[in-house]
Amino acid sequence: MAETTTRAKLRWGLLDVIVVVFALVPVLWIASLSFKTPGTLTDGRFWPREWTLDNYRTIFETDQFVRALANSIGIALIATAIAVVLGAMAAYAISRLDFPGKKLLVGVSLLIAMFPQVSLVSPLFEIERQLGLFDTWPGLILPYITFALPLAIYTLSAFFKQIPWDLEKAAKMDGATQGQAFRRVIAPLAAPGLFTTAILVFIFCWNDFLFAITLTSTERARTVPVALSFFTGESQFEDPTGAICAAAVVITVPIILFVLFFQRRIVSGLTSGAVKG
Amino acid sequence: MADIVLDKVGKRFPDGTVAVRDVDLEIADGEFVILVGPSGCGKSTTLNMIAGLEDISSGELRIGGQRVNDKAPRDRDIAMVFQSYALYPNMTVRENMAFPLRLAKLDKETINSKVEEAAKVLELTPLLDRRPANLSGGQRQRVAMGRAIVRQPKAFLMDEPLSNLDAKLRVQMRTVVSRLQKQLGTTTVYVTHDQTEAMTLGDRVVIMRGGAVQQVGPPQELYDHPRNLFVAGFIGSPSMNFLHAAVQDGKLRTAVGDVPIGDRIRRGLEAGDAPRELILGIRPEHFEDAELVDDDTRRRGLEFEAPVDIVESMGSDKYVYFTVEGERASAAELEELAADAGADFSGGGAGLVTRLSAESAVREGESRRVWFNLEKIHLFDPSTGRNLTLHEGRSSGALAD
Ligand SMILES: Nc1ncnc2c1ncn2[C@@H]1O[C@H](COP(=O)(O)OP(=O)(O)OP(=O)(O)O)[C@@H](O)[C@H]1O
Ligand SMILES: [Mg+2]
Repeated sequence: MAETTTRAKLRWGLLDVIVVVFALVPVLWIASLSFKTPGTLTDGRFWPREWTLDNYRTIFETDQFVRALANSIGIALIATAIAVVLGAMAAYAISRLDFPGKKLLVGVSLLIAMFPQVSLVSPLFEIERQLGLFDTWPGLILPYITFALPLAIYTLSAFFKQIPWDLEKAAKMDGATQGQAFRRVIAPLAAPGLFTTAILVFIFCWNDFLFAITLTSTERARTVPVALSFFTGESQFEDPTGAICAAAVVITVPIILFVLFFQRRIVSGLTSGAVKG
Repeated sequence: MADIVLDKVGKRFPDGTVAVRDVDLEIADGEFVILVGPSGCGKSTTLNMIAGLEDISSGELRIGGQRVNDKAPRDRDIAMVFQSYALYPNMTVRENMAFPLRLAKLDKETINSKVEEAAKVLELTPLLDRRPANLSGGQRQRVAMGRAIVRQPKAFLMDEPLSNLDAKLRVQMRTVVSRLQKQLGTTTVYVTHDQTEAMTLGDRVVIMRGGAVQQVGPPQELYDHPRNLFVAGFIGSPSMNFLHAAVQDGKLRTAVGDVPIGDRIRRGLEAGDAPRELILGIRPEHFEDAELVDDDTRRRGLEFEAPVDIVESMGSDKYVYFTVEGERASAAELEELAADAGADFSGGGAGLVTRLSAESAVREGESRRVWFNLEKIHLFDPSTGRNLTLHEGRSSGALAD
């Protein structure tokens, strides 16, 4: 019995290691490249022979990258905040109320999530140019919200459905308005859901390349993934690989921070003890 | 403190279900009223309408003389205890109890002293800093009570608050609820499924069936003078025995012999539309082993002989089950009661449940002579369920002329 469990543990452990290595090797490779000097860049070694921070210095010295980073952070944060707030309200209504057109609403949001984004790019480009939204922050924030909302609504309504309705009734009996009941009782309990959704939406906005490249043309609204593709290096003769790698490392940092920051708040089983079922 | 008046209150859900119809009820200030009835009869809906959690479809609800139909729950100043307790899991016990006070914007010191006081009454003081997840069922129940009483509301509403507790704890909490209500003197409406809670807790009991009130009165009155078949069968455990009875030659022909018709019964039967086929109702405790009945008592009742099926000795008395021949009593109410009580319900069958003295030497398998008290019998109209023995003088039995 004990033997099988240790064997099982070993097997699982091995499997985990394989998966982690498989996922992390490219990341580590990029990190390694970002620390190499142009001369040793192509030596094929995993561990850099000569360490240098030049690549990082380069990218932070170029205005291009810093502007793109600011754009990325700003756009992703705003889009996430709006999508989560709107999504929370929609999901709450869907999980709690029976209103005419509810099925339609859910169906349409599913449709949006499934719609191939590539086919929307050209019309969006035209629309945004007409409206003057092209190459602006709102020009990216709006489509991001549109495509993040279905995701937000789905994840959040699953979370809201788990919260006993009696809690809301109890809050109302205790003298809370509908808004207070939501903010002080329901939202804290749905917090894990809100944070999970926020992470997913943020990653979606942060990683987007398609919209960012078609709906921007200058540094005004260009985000990092796009800026990276325009990287040329200091001069025509310089190989930008090292700088691109450094930039790639830099842009994973906010994601990691974001996840770490919110992960601590995702305490599951928060609703236990509320009601006796 | 306030009285609660339901004036022809009704509830129709959007899907067409009529859950409550024309309920008239006046609950006096400080009164403890129990709503009881089978599952789905509209007890919770009625309570939720008083609370303001459900809209009232028709009629008027007045609390303290004021019409509150359109007021939000928070403007009605009523506290509610839920069957599921509904404690806020993200808050400690102290925060849970303080929540209504914080919403009422009281200052910190007042809140603290009120919470401490309520905690003391409910013996929750050592638990104040725990979270609901780390409490036992009974403790959670008391926190839910605490949250209701801190605010000193006009009324308490409780929806089956004890039904999630085990039997022993339930008995214990029943006394807590009872004591608390007497101490605070707050108007209370209490929904329950439980016979014992209904009989012991309240000043008055409201029996509901299919959204309509069947009878309202003190527990003892409902027990002694049920207005109809449904109330008679619902109140009492084991429940009343129902037998088919046919009016023939000035007598009632039943499976337990021919019952003479007294003057008062006759008057009830002669009054207009009384049918020839009736249902006879006798409570288990109105039977007695014929050997143990003295002559004086014997004259007030009737004897019959029947085979003994099962004897259950309870120590203080014996539950004896007899099989009697003859037609089963049948009525819509009885079927409903049987469905609600599940297999336990024996009122509708040909079996007879009796409660005899512990001294009775009755044994299973033998045939035994049994006496029953004619003054205590009830006669019901099978089609309307009306109790025909219930007249102006109420306490009248068949022979009491
Ligand atoms: N939202 C709703 N829509 C339609 N019908 C409903 C709704 N809520 C309750 N009902 C119906 O109303 C009737 C009364 O329900 P209610 O919850 O008041 O019963 P209850 O007496 O509390 O029963 P229980 O003892 O099982 O709690 C039931 O037939 C139920 O199916
Ligand atoms: Mg109920």
